[in-house]
Amino acid sequence: MDMNEIKEIFFQECEEQLAELESGLLKLNDGDRDPETVNAVFRAVHSIKGGAGAFGLDDLVSFAHVFETTLDCVRSNRLDPGPEVLKVMLKSADVLADLTNAARDGGGVDEARSRQLIKELEALANGEVLQASAAPEPVAKAAPVVAPVVNDEGFQPVAFSFDDFEADEPALMEMPTYEIVFRPKSDLYAKGNEATLLLRDLSRLGEMNIHCDMDALPTLDRLSPETAYFSWKISLKTDKGEDAIRTVFEFAEWDCDLEVSLVADGAAAPSEELPMQPVPFDLSILDDEPVGPVGVIEEEEQLAAQQQIRDAAVSAAGTASNVLQMAQSAARAPVEKSAGAAASAAAQSAAAQQAAASAATPTIRVDLDRVDRLINLVGELVINQAMLSQSVVENDANGTSSINMGLEELQQLTREIQDSVMAIRAQPVKPVFQRMSRIVREIADMTGKSVRLITEGENTEVDKTVIDKLAEPLTHMIRNAVDHGLETPEKRLAAGKSAEGTVRLTAKHRSGRIVIELADDGAGINREKVRQKAIDNDLIAADANLSDEEIDNLIFHAGFSTADKISDISGRGVGMDVVKRSIQALGGRINISSKPGHGSVFTMSLPLTLAVLDGMVVTVANQTLVVPLTAIVETLQPEAAAIHSFGSNQRLISIRNSFCPLVDVGRILNFRASQANPVEGVALLVESEGGGQRALMVDAIQGQRQVVIKSLEANYTHVPGIAAATILGDGRVALILDVDTIVAASRGQSLKPEMSLAAAG
Amino acid sequence: MTYAAKSLTTDGRELIAFRVGDQEFCVNVMSVREIRGWTPATAMPHAPAYMLGIINLRGAVLPIVDLSARLGMKPAEPTVRHVIIVAQVKSQVVGLLVDAVSDILTITDDKIQPTPDVISSEFERSFARGVLAIEGRLICLIELESVFPQEEREAA
Repeated sequence: MDMNEIKEIFFQECEEQLAELESGLLKLNDGDRDPETVNAVFRAVHSIKGGAGAFGLDDLVSFAHVFETTLDCVRSNRLDPGPEVLKVMLKSADVLADLTNAARDGGGVDEARSRQLIKELEALANGEVLQASAAPEPVAKAAPVVAPVVNDEGFQPVAFSFDDFEADEPALMEMPTYEIVFRPKSDLYAKGNEATLLLRDLSRLGEMNIHCDMDALPTLDRLSPETAYFSWKISLKTDKGEDAIRTVFEFAEWDCDLEVSLVADGAAAPSEELPMQPVPFDLSILDDEPVGPVGVIEEEEQLAAQQQIRDAAVSAAGTASNVLQMAQSAARAPVEKSAGAAASAAAQSAAAQQAAASAATPTIRVDLDRVDRLINLVGELVINQAMLSQSVVENDANGTSSINMGLEELQQLTREIQDSVMAIRAQPVKPVFQRMSRIVREIADMTGKSVRLITEGENTEVDKTVIDKLAEPLTHMIRNAVDHGLETPEKRLAAGKSAEGTVRLTAKHRSGRIVIELADDGAGINREKVRQKAIDNDLIAADANLSDEEIDNLIFHAGFSTADKISDISGRGVGMDVVKRSIQALGGRINISSKPGHGSVFTMSLPLTLAVLDGMVVTVANQTLVVPLTAIVETLQPEAAAIHSFGSNQRLISIRNSFCPLVDVGRILNFRASQANPVEGVALLVESEGGGQRALMVDAIQGQRQVVIKSLEANYTHVPGIAAATILGDGRVALILDVDTIVAASRGQSLKPEMSLAAAG
Repeated sequence: MTYAAKSLTTDGRELIAFRVGDQEFCVNVMSVREIRGWTPATAMPHAPAYMLGIINLRGAVLPIVDLSARLGMKPAEPTVRHVIIVAQVKSQVVGLLVDAVSDILTITDDKIQPTPDVISSEFERSFARGVLAIEGRLICLIELESVFPQEEREAA
């Protein structure tokens, strides 16, 4: 594995950490004060910093470091994560994401913005301290020790293991210290116990200094490979008590000598007696810094603090822990004497977090190509199975029961395999939703509106291709919702609503599709304005009688924008029609419902996958075609009386007193020379782009089926009027109709191969 | 592999010969993926006359070209006796409908004679790479990439 691969893994992990960071911050924003959430956020930033340090990504490291410092103030309850603080932090998360992207793909970031945020973060870390120093608490006086260490020294990236870091988290100075002597007997190993594992368990209880006593080790000629020679002297700081320590050795108790004794005073660091390990960082930071800024502290306290810091340095040296954190603990030490409860709470949360980490489902990263290949193969398996069933039925009318049973089982298995394989590609919509929260923040900033994004059902799963293509229309809609949908805070207050607008993004599964809802509590659609605009733009006649729903749907027309001012954010008139088209390209539909004064709801319904499609299999001029079910509104058997000729070669069909143009599919696709007799066929009422309805004439309906989509373009060119191909149960290829182009062709636009060539060239 | 490739370039190349109508043609064996029997194809709307349609080749969609019609001869009337040569042309795979595969030839480059200038049509000249005289038969070596020029094949 070369460096680039490792780096790639780091960036992948960064993405996960960033997602974690953002969701954590959003949780905090919603009023969650669970210390575990704060820890998760801190951990995310810390991990990014650590990894970035290992790769020498200095920009990333320095920003993450400042961010981490501020987060640490939150973690240690010195900074209340109020809305203002979180606003800065969310922005910082955005910048951190930008920096990560810049580090990966090259390119620059908005340096002014990140500098500004660094200032804000530092101000939060320091400012809060200054404010608190009014209160006569030692913590406030001692706290300034922290900030200068950070800001003046310039951060040196130190690569360390996160495992060590997490294990050390409960490292607090004032816990009782135990001296443990652990002398395993040979039987311990003979019974399959492992000293390393025991010591590792022990290290989870608290901060541990360990010294291996090798005095008993004989010279090589006297060494018996099955005898235990080593013993360990351990000093452990923990608040879990002696019982917890003994529990660790529960199963080894009979096979070792174990002495556990409590060292009376926690401050007398026993680590001093133990041999020192090499120190990977500069201790002078700790020695020099506290003197200047702690001038306010009374002299004994100052000395005590310095002593604490040195002690901290010693223990930090032993475990390669986080210098910063140790220094903070040291500085806070005098307070914690009186606040042991807080310490134990912190230790508990650290334990909880370890438990949470170990409970996570194991996952692997797989190349998407491999999954796609598997999906293709399964698609073929499904077709093959269908072909096999069909030929068995054809060749053996009675069918021996064993063959039929075997076939049925095969069918069931194939379906299960198909479902499982599809589930591999299925991903929660969470990443897209999280991206939206950033967009909401940015737009809210630009428009000066106060917006709260609520997401629900973000674990709803859908095919990865759908997720990838969902981001763009969703971004557009969110922008619209904030820019056009929500009112300014003044208007909202005047209307008796809270100044903060709410945008709600919901995902859920409904009858084999994913439904995504975007609701705002803004002013709703101004129907009078929309109507006027439509009349101005010649979209509707001035005297047209439209229902509310029809007016609402006008916003999906191309070139329609009601914003008076064309803003940077939206309103260039390429809004909702583009959204509608991209949703339709995904095989989905979009609807709007709006209540004046209460806001609008956009509902998108999308297929769970792009690999299969629900289609109606029809016959046209002896050819089998598949019409996507999503396009079909209804099917009907035309009666002669309902067919009216119109103009030279147009025909209309009357459906419930309205006339709908009849489109002969066979004629448009050039499958037959003359027009078919509508009465002999079936009409499929379809809804196409632009909202107009057309009746597609086909000869007969064969049935409804889920079909696997096959690309035509791979080995052939794009064919106008045809969306893709599929393979039916008999092994033959059937074409999937592109309803929109068929309808467009019926309006007189040409449907010729030249068209596609010209379009492609 | 290197040895085989080397021997092919120095000692000659392998060609697949097939019959289309009453003429014989050959293509480089390296471009041929497989040879299979004729199965009815699904017609494509607005396709050129030589495009017979598409068939299912183990899950992939394979367009079938009537080589006879494509080379300007009488359109074929496919029967079960016809065969499809599945060939790789640039990045795409196409099926060529021919009457029958007749031979596999190993020849050296010096056996390839220049195309006689009796061929007047620009199109016919564009795909004929030369002619071979094998046992008194005339076999025309064709270049598939010229039969399916790039503009047309990779337009989409």
